[in-house]
Amino acid sequence: MSYEVPSELRYAESHEWARRDGDIVRVGISDFAQDELGDVVFVELPDEGETLTAGEAFGVVESIKAVSDLYAPVSGAVVARNEQLFDAPELVNDGPFDEGWMLEVELDDESELDDLLSADEYEAQIR
Amino acid sequence: MSLREPPLHGAHEDAGASFTDFGGWEMPVEFDSIRTEHDAVRESVGKFDVSHMGEIEVSGPDATELTNRLTSNDVAALSVGDAQYATIPNADGDMIDDTVLYRLPDRDGNPAYLFVPNAGGDEAAFDRWVAHREEWGLSATVENRTDDYGMIAVQGPDAVALVEAEAEDEVADLSRFSARWASVAGVDCWVARTGYTGEDGLELVIPSDEVGAVWSALACQPCGLGARDTLRLEAGLLLSGQDFDVADNPRNPYEAGIGFTVDLDTEFVGRDALAAVEAAGVDEQLVGLRLLDRGVARHGHEISVDGETVGEVTSGTMSPTLGEPIALGYVPVAHADPGTELSVVVRGEPKSARVVNLPFLEEDE
Repeated sequence: MSYEVPSELRYAESHEWARRDGDIVRVGISDFAQDELGDVVFVELPDEGETLTAGEAFGVVESIKAVSDLYAPVSGAVVARNEQLFDAPELVNDGPFDEGWMLEVELDDESELDDLLSADEYEAQIR
Repeated sequence: MSLREPPLHGAHEDAGASFTDFGGWEMPVEFDSIRTEHDAVRESVGKFDVSHMGEIEVSGPDATELTNRLTSNDVAALSVGDAQYATIPNADGDMIDDTVLYRLPDRDGNPAYLFVPNAGGDEAAFDRWVAHREEWGLSATVENRTDDYGMIAVQGPDAVALVEAEAEDEVADLSRFSARWASVAGVDCWVARTGYTGEDGLELVIPSDEVGAVWSALACQPCGLGARDTLRLEAGLLLSGQDFDVADNPRNPYEAGIGFTVDLDTEFVGRDALAAVEAAGVDEQLVGLRLLDRGVARHGHEISVDGETVGEVTSGTMSPTLGEPIALGYVPVAHADPGTELSVVVRGEPKSARVVNLPFLEEDE
């Protein structure tokens, strides 16, 4: 089984990804993570304006068989969340890197991105 | 302790299944996706390797009496080929396990039975039968055949036709809760019209070394324990060790909503305790819950009314068929009427829920 690991993203060991676009970082879970979870049925995300702290739990993703905490890859205030996931959580399975994204946060400290894994490093972790 | 493996473990690995530890067995939990497998069973047919289920055979002159005195239902009522759902109660009337009991063809003029304890329950059941045979001085042969047999469940509206097409003997004429020996894919199987999904279907008890031939011949969606759990939960069927547990959550059949498995006119261990419960009524009972708020109730979540804990969820999931979170749990009878609103506390947040009739599936149909 091989998983998609887009090279332009940074990854947390806990299987979240971070995509930087200027000061904004979009966050989701990896293809590997969605496959491990199986059919996602529920996603719990913080409200806009709440603040994430890198490495700390910010929400929950739940599949039919498992419940998993989501850990913030970077710190910052939530500026957007993917409201579609509340009605269609299966988007996390269908497109973990695009329509299944979860949050956008305003980056506090860009050096935190350097602490994350590169695509190659993450791929080595899940291999 | 190493995990027990079903005979087809290697074949399931090759098919890309993921595995889980269940009752001391390493069993396939998912082949494709739980949703895909679940839908196959609801809409057409799926097959499950349920070789983790135990098989205990009891035969001999006193086989009927021994089994009747250790299960809650009326074993003497069974003719050859009948199946019966029953519980194995302790002296307090609490369920040690639930089981399906089959009357096999007679052996040497004596009755013979096969019963199916849950995963990991086979050794305790075997020991219990042997110990009571000795205590009561009965004449019966008790054999734990769990390693000799595998078991395949074929379930769904098209299940019987699929098995019939691969069978050399007729199986489609079996009525619900009846069984016989029949050749399927060239293998002699005990074929029973029973199941654990709320759908029509068959369960096949098969010699371990021939399970593979039958499994391969039955061309349909392979399903894991994940789908088995969502299917049985939608059907309101109990899971031993989870919806009742003699050590952690002792429950009698009346509390669990399966009073129909108790025949108080027979003599069995726990009978007097159950007669008292039946006369006095239960304090708590198992109810079906539907969450009205977003969230998924899970085993161990508290059930509350006005902020006060009144019970606990024993099983919960997102129902793939209904698209709604559903759960089972015990609550005081004052809160058990369908339509009653209460809360399930999911990660500290009370979520509104409503008591509904079981099974969940027929509610909208």
